Amino acid sequence: MLRLVMQRLALLVPTLLGLSVLLFLWVRALPGGPATALLGERATPDAVERINALYGFDRPLVEQYLTWLGQLLQGNFGTSTRTGRPVLDEFLVRFPATIELTLLALVIAVGVGIPLGYLAARHQGRALDHTTVGASLLGVTIPVFFLAFLLKYLFAVQLGWFPSAGRQNPAMISTHPTGFYVLDGLLTREWDAAWDAMAHLVLPAVALGSIPLAIITRITRASVIEVQNADYVRTARAKGLRPPRLRRRVVLRNAMLPVSTTIGLQVGLLLSGAVLTETVFAFNGIGSFLANAVFNLDYAVLQGFILFIAVVYALVNLAVDVSYGLIDPRMRVR
Amino acid sequence: MTTVADPLLSIRDLEVTFTTEEGPTTAVRGARFDVMAGETVAVVGESGSGKSTTAMAVIGLLAQNGRVSGGQVLVDGHDVATLGGAGMARMRGRVIGMVPQDPMSNLNPVARVGDQIVEALEDNGVARGGAARRRAVELLEEAGLPDAARRAGQYPHEFSGGMRQRALIAMGLSCRPRLLIADEPTSALDVTVQRTILDRLEALTTDLGTAVLLITHDLGLAAERAAKIVVMYRGEVVEVGPAAQLLTDPQHEYTRRLLAAAPSLASRRIQLARRLGATSAVGDDLLAMSAETPTDEKAAVDARAGEASTEHDDSPIVEVKDVSKVFSLRGSSLFSRGQRFTAVDGVSFQIPRGKTVAIVGESGSGKSTVARMMLDLIPPTSGEITFNGRAVGGTDRAAEVRFRRQVQPIFQDPYASLDPLYTIHRTIEEPLRAHRFGTAAERRDRVHALMADVALPLDLLGRYPAELSGGQRQRVAIARALALNPDLVVCDEAVSALDVIVQSQILHLLADLQHRLGLSYLFISHDLAVVRQIADHVCVMERGRIVEQGTVDDVFDRPQQEYTRVLLDAIPGRDLQLGLEAG
Repeated sequence: MLRLVMQRLALLVPTLLGLSVLLFLWVRALPGGPATALLGERATPDAVERINALYGFDRPLVEQYLTWLGQLLQGNFGTSTRTGRPVLDEFLVRFPATIELTLLALVIAVGVGIPLGYLAARHQGRALDHTTVGASLLGVTIPVFFLAFLLKYLFAVQLGWFPSAGRQNPAMISTHPTGFYVLDGLLTREWDAAWDAMAHLVLPAVALGSIPLAIITRITRASVIEVQNADYVRTARAKGLRPPRLRRRVVLRNAMLPVSTTIGLQVGLLLSGAVLTETVFAFNGIGSFLANAVFNLDYAVLQGFILFIAVVYALVNLAVDVSYGLIDPRMRVR
Repeated sequence: MTTVADPLLSIRDLEVTFTTEEGPTTAVRGARFDVMAGETVAVVGESGSGKSTTAMAVIGLLAQNGRVSGGQVLVDGHDVATLGGAGMARMRGRVIGMVPQDPMSNLNPVARVGDQIVEALEDNGVARGGAARRRAVELLEEAGLPDAARRAGQYPHEFSGGMRQRALIAMGLSCRPRLLIADEPTSALDVTVQRTILDRLEALTTDLGTAVLLITHDLGLAAERAAKIVVMYRGEVVEVGPAAQLLTDPQHEYTRRLLAAAPSLASRRIQLARRLGATSAVGDDLLAMSAETPTDEKAAVDARAGEASTEHDDSPIVEVKDVSKVFSLRGSSLFSRGQRFTAVDGVSFQIPRGKTVAIVGESGSGKSTVARMMLDLIPPTSGEITFNGRAVGGTDRAAEVRFRRQVQPIFQDPYASLDPLYTIHRTIEEPLRAHRFGTAAERRDRVHALMADVALPLDLLGRYPAELSGGQRQRVAIARALALNPDLVVCDEAVSALDVIVQSQILHLLADLQHRLGLSYLFISHDLAVVRQIADHVCVMERGRIVEQGTVDDVFDRPQQEYTRVLLDAIPGRDLQLGLEAG
């Protein structure tokens, strides 16, 4: 197991290096070069030259790349041209918000999706099954931003059950030792702050989790149906296993194998979906920050974010592979 | 009221119906037989005969779309139908046990083998916790699993097929059922493993007084293991009787055909029998086949026979000289060198032109690796294979194309080796297209001629493999192999997946084609009885080496090596005169 982890981490190095080359070349390929991107299209040649000299854009490409790479390795991801603050600082401030949001979305997707898919499979061909399949089809077809608007309009604006924007009521005075607002509230025993942060999370998390929820439901359903008809399930029934044990030990555990792969793939989707959801709910996380970076061609932020996503994606997939080994003994490296 | 004379299992006019998209299909019709306590009864039939369906109806595990639509299954005098789902569930494990067919797919892949027995013991209230774990190890030992205490902690994928089957036997008998359903319990195993497992099963059930309902397609096996045989055909019980009587004096036409088709050591080389004019022995069991071949197509076939020029060439078509194949396995840690595994070790043999050389051996003996090297799919590590005097392999592209035209494969599983999205016409035409043979019209003519060769009607050409029976599919595979007029056909377990009667038809077809077209065969099989029928020369392989080779009669009648003798002894029903009596 450790060997697998080490191998995969080692593999991450060339992947990230390749990606860094692409990202580097991408910025240099911007129309008018990075200086124009910084200054805007109406920049004077003089100003462009000054910026080029200042940031070293006039040096040979290889030298520029190595310099940039060296800075990356020291944790220097450059400076946001929009806020003027280091990219890394901006991330560290907003990162917890996005993590909170994606985690809750994932919990909803997995926590509802697996039981729902299982129930649908058990009632295959009956009303519950048809409803679930129909709803999950709707779930994958509705765009995230549309659902986000819909939820916000219904539950925040019309019914007023949940707050419509932000991470916490601005009027609330609370301390934030970690930046994870719900966790902060619990740690500092400011229960009302934790509750308020949670309330702010619900609608965005539901919107964000809808597509993974639909997909996990469908995969679970298909997987359970397949496993139910497997030879070893029939044999388990033949030896007189009682239904509870049969479902838990034999059907569910085997059916979870393809589901765990799907969950891993969905995490990447959640991160990109966060951009839309956070924008709709004015949720101050990486997603909304990134959206602004795109509009302003804040290339340092974009580069950093893409590298960051790549690392997260690789780590999540590694975690999925490890979990695969835990669920399926055949996958364990001997 | 149960008295001593009452049967433990009584099947009375059982009818089982499956609901399919094309409407209801009756899989079992009016089946009727009894199993007495402690008695072993074999149900014999080909696939689709309803034998497994009957067994599943007894244990209440029919597929979801299946139901008992008529008659009764009485277990110990109780009608299974009146028990309901929960009542039936209580019967399973304690009253009726099961040993399923395929050891590869019948163990839960994510649970330890020992735990899979423990859960059966616990759910049936036999033992719990530590006592159940100790009992599970005892049961595995009892089933003949060596080192049971350690093995109980392992997962199914760490077991060989034979070990898995032992685990399944331990499981099926764990709660001491009074009736054990053994559904083809060993048909997926090697012949020597098969014998030890069946011996163990027989000893156990005799000791425990368990009645056994043995489901099998193998008449020899049934006759050897059961006192009573039930023959099923197309969902109906056509004959029931004591084993000995049924073999010597079969009443039903189907039983007679089954007996005639059953390959055994007593059967003779198909072609030889024909050449000697002993056509009557072969003629009768060809009933079905000649019925399939319309006479006008036969004429076309005979015309083509002239093509098979009988130019005299005494040099062997294939020479295999001291060939070895070494595979490197993945290393166990990051830096260790991978281990090496010698699959084929210094093998030499020849295939005389127009003859059949068979390689027999158990799984892992290296016989399929030889076939793959013969097909130039993998290169040998050392040694040389020559085909028509030229070395096989190498980088000469033109020579490779020529080689691929002259050497064609037929594989075991006609389900897997035919493209499901190609029509039969397209499938047979494929090699002709690949080798740019003629115009579309010429190719069509060739496909029609090939269909006649393998005795398939032309109206199958527009169908897809899924719409054909297993035997028809294997005929298509043969037609495809013959499309380019090959000199050598490599048959890798080509008849192993087929029912005996179909198997016999295909073997006769292969012998017939060899006779007419002057083909040479390399015939890979684990089934010695089949080899006896088709081969001129036999090579016996064990752990990568050829331990014995010679003519069929020499090897079968006067085996020189201990291993060959073990293999021959392990064939079920070897002492029975199957395949000769009828006709």
